[in-house]
Amino acid sequence: MMTPSLKLQDLIEEIRGAKTQAQEREVIHKECAHIRASFRDGDPLHRHRQLAKLLYVHMLGYPAHFGQMECLKLIASPRFSDKRVGYLGAMLLLDERQDAHLLITNSIKNDLNQGIQPVQGLALCTLSTMGSAEMCRDLATEVEKLLLQPSPYVRKKAVLTAVHMIRKVPELSNIFLPPCAQLLHERHHGILLGTITLITELCERSPAALGHFRKVVPQLVQILRTLVTSGYSTEHSVSGVSDPFLQVQILRLLRILGRNHEESSETMNDLLAQVATNTETSRNAGNAVLFETVLTIMDIHSAAGLRVLAVNILGRFLLNSDKNIRYVALTSLLRLVQSDHSAVQRHRPTVVECLQEPDASLSRRALELSLALVNSSNVRAMTQELQGFLKSCPPDLRADCASGILLAAERFAPTKRWHIDTILRVLTTAGTHVRDDAVANLIQLIGGAQELHAYSVRRLYSALAEDISQQPLVQVAAWCIGEYGDLLLEGSCEEIEPLQVEEEEVLALLEKVLQSHMSLPATRGYAFTALMKLSTRFHGDNNRIRQVVSIYGSCLDVELQQRAVEYNTLFRKYDHMRAAVLEKMPLVERDGPLVIEEAEESKEAQLSEATPIPTEPQTSKLLDLLDLLDDDTEDAQHLAPRDPSPEGALGHLLNLPCHPPALYQTLPPIPNLQVFEREGLQLNLSFVRPSEIPALLLITATATNSSGSDVTHFVCQAAVPKSFQLQLQAPSGDTVPAQGGLPITQLLRILNPNKAPLRLKLRLTYNHFGQSVQEIFEVNNLPLETWQ
Amino acid sequence: MQFMLLFSRQGKLRLQKWYVPLSDKEKKKITRELVQTVLARKPKMCSFLEWRDLKIVYKRYASLYFCCAVEDQDNELITLEIIHRYVELLDKYFGSVCELDIIFNFEKAYFILDEFLLGGEVQETSKKNVLKAIEQADLLQEPRHEYFNVPVY
Repeated sequence: MMTPSLKLQDLIEEIRGAKTQAQEREVIHKECAHIRASFRDGDPLHRHRQLAKLLYVHMLGYPAHFGQMECLKLIASPRFSDKRVGYLGAMLLLDERQDAHLLITNSIKNDLNQGIQPVQGLALCTLSTMGSAEMCRDLATEVEKLLLQPSPYVRKKAVLTAVHMIRKVPELSNIFLPPCAQLLHERHHGILLGTITLITELCERSPAALGHFRKVVPQLVQILRTLVTSGYSTEHSVSGVSDPFLQVQILRLLRILGRNHEESSETMNDLLAQVATNTETSRNAGNAVLFETVLTIMDIHSAAGLRVLAVNILGRFLLNSDKNIRYVALTSLLRLVQSDHSAVQRHRPTVVECLQEPDASLSRRALELSLALVNSSNVRAMTQELQGFLKSCPPDLRADCASGILLAAERFAPTKRWHIDTILRVLTTAGTHVRDDAVANLIQLIGGAQELHAYSVRRLYSALAEDISQQPLVQVAAWCIGEYGDLLLEGSCEEIEPLQVEEEEVLALLEKVLQSHMSLPATRGYAFTALMKLSTRFHGDNNRIRQVVSIYGSCLDVELQQRAVEYNTLFRKYDHMRAAVLEKMPLVERDGPLVIEEAEESKEAQLSEATPIPTEPQTSKLLDLLDLLDDDTEDAQHLAPRDPSPEGALGHLLNLPCHPPALYQTLPPIPNLQVFEREGLQLNLSFVRPSEIPALLLITATATNSSGSDVTHFVCQAAVPKSFQLQLQAPSGDTVPAQGGLPITQLLRILNPNKAPLRLKLRLTYNHFGQSVQEIFEVNNLPLETWQ
Repeated sequence: MQFMLLFSRQGKLRLQKWYVPLSDKEKKKITRELVQTVLARKPKMCSFLEWRDLKIVYKRYASLYFCCAVEDQDNELITLEIIHRYVELLDKYFGSVCELDIIFNFEKAYFILDEFLLGGEVQETSKKNVLKAIEQADLLQEPRHEYFNVPVY
């Protein structure tokens, strides 16, 4: 005895009664087994019930493909209940990917042709929901016939089915275009709405159709006008607006027809103005129509006054308490800000207020719009607002806001100082969110504003002293302090309060950055280099700096270690070059890397000493150094491959190649020699012989002053035997300050191709203790290694 | 309109109408992701959001979320009206509709929707006409419940 199958509602109850997911699965599996059996056995009486149940479990996410064939059977049945569920099943379970779907084509055809309207309705509905291209081709003529049927119920569905068919098979436009003219005379709203939709679809697909339908613009205008001026209708009014659905559809079609067409646009101008001013705005329905009107006005060739009216409507939308209205207003204004900039500008204060929206999608749009509205006259005020927003905005908007402010500042900065201040504030507020090139940009900006060096370095120093966690800020500050450390010590700067800063404080701060776990490797690189630069900017004895430099020689970070070794070498063996190498940077060009690469090569060339260097090492024009050295390229090849520096091009400049120590390591170091001493003034010589060029001897003469009086106008000259070649480079200076002030260094290059014994005569002239002194002497006790 | 979904606050699907051809797998994926996205929205947020390349318009009525996906050129505000009209129709048909009505009579919810929208477009703007059409169809159904002229499955 077969158990009677569950009624649909009973099954639903049972499923909902299940306490756990497992229980639900059990109930469903059991029932599906029954349903499967029932399908196999072919129970026509209950088939529609079985399918309905199956559709329910399908919605819960369970497989129901075995019901597909049943849909076909039900659709073919003469009973309406069967057809209703069968067609629903087809729409839910069948789609164009399954071959089975084509099997219902015939049933649909039959149902379209028989006279019962609800049945025709079902067929049309299904066809327009899941009809594939083949089905549409097969059934196009049936649908065309139905367009002319007397029943509005069927006709309205036929029209929309035609829309679907054209979407699937654009060629069918040929069939469905002709009836449109007549359909447009319909009074039935449903048919009219469908027709407008159909015409819209046709025009969007074919410029020919677009041209053809332009002639109905007056008719459309008339229809809309009638709608707008007609009174309340119980059937079609929504919140005091006559059939807003139809109005919106007509407005959309008018937009398409009026676009880029002067004549059509003119025909609709008055009507659009009428709709814009007369539509009820208290409820969403009216605002929906108003919104569509605005979109149409902005897209066609409308009169200027009308455009302003449209933008003002949007401005009013911005003040609406309904946030959905505000949303569409912001979105539309964003689209208009380029084409109608001054009209949108008028609503700037309202837009800025929208930044405070709690809804992130609104505040995001308000931000985009605000940034688009910044111009040279409002940049100060706007930046103020945006900076305020930056402080409190949601994290995902921070990056955009920060970049937006920086971009606006770059385009419209009234003064360089304001620009620097603005960037500073952005870095302080949202440092972690700025783009990578913000650091480079700021450095370039500061570098180029010479009059603001003192100001910048002070501001940055104060900011850094307060907070060393914001990496971009720390990087810029470190760079600045390194470059302009001398200005920092000077004490007074007219633009901000005097700040008394001691050398030790500055060094301590940089060391703090260096050691902080918050500092990125790039940041530490900046700080380290800055420390090194200060060795020439400050007047102390550099012991502290030298200490740090030597400690980091064994740092685990390879980049830092390399720098430390190089700087160390700079202190020890190339001290005479230190001032030159570390002097103030020239302004980096915006396409900087090219210049820097060339400068790097020149530095390498300088140190490899293959050929005479005619220019002074102190030259401030980097490009001049490119004139030297035929061996440039050769030297470059000798170099160890360089790892790209993480912080960007600027770091490379001071990346001294690290191979010189390697080159010279093969020879034991030659001991230094003190050759002169008088009243505290000492002259020491240090010697280097590059292993690659045995005939070459490099002598560094260092003059130090431990007396209480400065040595000034110091000049050192040298002479060697005829077989030697001597070249004297320019000294680092001509003054040695008292009490161990900065020494003078000078490089002597001696070529000894014959390996003759070296003899050296020196002549010194200088002023000391108010007296001019001249000393001539031969250097005795020159170590053998200097020429052997 | 590309599709309409109705789901409860627990994320249970109550109706799914697709106007574009997608595989079952894709539909499930979209449904899952979209439901999650909409349920995560706070009550004070606006009814529109951008999701993939679609505009999503949603509104909550009691315990049910009505969620539509429309195209870029579609008017969001009128979509809200479409949702509202559908709710009104359900309300009129069931008499003070609640989620349970939609659950136990899901097929009716589909039939009503199919008299209001067709192929993703509005087919009838008169409430009266829609409800009349449903009535007519209901009358044609067999078998009938003994005491009420309401079709029974």
